[in-house]
Amino acid sequence: MKHKKPILDRRKVVAEILKDRGDALVIPGLGAPTWDTAAAGDHALNFYTWGGMGGAAMIGLGLALAQPRRRVLVITGDGELLMGLGSLATIAVQQPRNLAIVVLDNERYGETGMQETHTRFGVDLAGMAKAAGFRAAGTVFGAAQLKSWVPRLHKQAGPVFAAIKVTTQPAPMILPLREGTAIKHRFREALLGAKAHE
Amino acid sequence: MRIAAKAPRNTNWKSEKGFTGMRNARQGTSHESRVTSNGSRSSSSWPDEIHRVLAGANVRQVGYVPDSGHARLINLVRADKSMRAIPLTTEEEGVALAVGAWLGGERSVLLMQSSGAGNCINMLGMVNECRVPLLALVTMRGQWGEFNPWQVPMSQATVPSLAAIGVVVQGVDRATEVGETVAAAARLAFSTCRMVAVLISQRVVGAKEFK
Repeated sequence: MKHKKPILDRRKVVAEILKDRGDALVIPGLGAPTWDTAAAGDHALNFYTWGGMGGAAMIGLGLALAQPRRRVLVITGDGELLMGLGSLATIAVQQPRNLAIVVLDNERYGETGMQETHTRFGVDLAGMAKAAGFRAAGTVFGAAQLKSWVPRLHKQAGPVFAAIKVTTQPAPMILPLREGTAIKHRFREALLGAKAHE
Repeated sequence: MRIAAKAPRNTNWKSEKGFTGMRNARQGTSHESRVTSNGSRSSSSWPDEIHRVLAGANVRQVGYVPDSGHARLINLVRADKSMRAIPLTTEEEGVALAVGAWLGGERSVLLMQSSGAGNCINMLGMVNECRVPLLALVTMRGQWGEFNPWQVPMSQATVPSLAAIGVVVQGVDRATEVGETVAAAARLAFSTCRMVAVLISQRVVGAKEFK
């Protein structure tokens, strides 16, 4: 299979996805997706992860099932998703209509020295999501395609999956809130109000 | 192709007579049976008690990797409209699921056998850091009357590895004490935002016999 070199900039992709986020709940995966999400604008309804590699999609599932009226967006990386591939099958069995998973696929482990991930060698994450039973899944290469996918990520009946191919161009580190309990409390207070402390 | 909107439910469990019949139905074979500490069939009531405790504690999401010791409880959960049965491919998925559920205001529980405890360790680090309540009910293997040597190492490592990542570990080795132990563990987990695992002894679950 001929390799197609990614051209999209990850920061611009995330900014476009979150520009009109409405009341969406956002779970960024550890590493660059957390910095990208913070760069698009800090928000109490971002649950930044700094660890728990492989868990972002499943956090999204638990949240989507608990909050069926809210859109849940998981924004993670290819390495992070590859560590929890089974979660695609688990999510497909549950069929949450309000869950969308976005993989910013730079085909690299960005935080550890830019080693190639399996996707660089042709592993097709969207194909796996589709085969697992996601309602919609696709790989996004260009700006026009991204523009048509953004509303689908927010509105189309889920589970929806998009692998968005992005460059390895380094972006400045934008570090959000770091302490797990603080991130959790801020998120729950914004979502649940006084019930957050019952 | 569309698949079912919910995990498929076992609709036959109510017609089975008692625990033994249902377990045999699930395993689909007659060559496996179980012995408990006194050599009799294991108690039929403790999974029902767990189910009552979980319902009373408003547990909504039930993640599980099956163990035959949890077979009856899993079927009770599947038949309960107030709970969502969520089969997992590996136990650590259920740890992350519990974080999402709690963020969204719902309580969850994670069912597994002891070999699954090792699969959870790094993900539990996130739960520890975030002080998310986590209730895990672990049926023990490789312990009382075990036949399969491959079950023993993780069984031996279950308590120290869970304790090392910060889980409060509470054991129960009598069927009559399972319900109250799970109730106490649920209260501890959800009231103090801690990770609590109840280890249900193989003495209660029954050792698998290979014949």
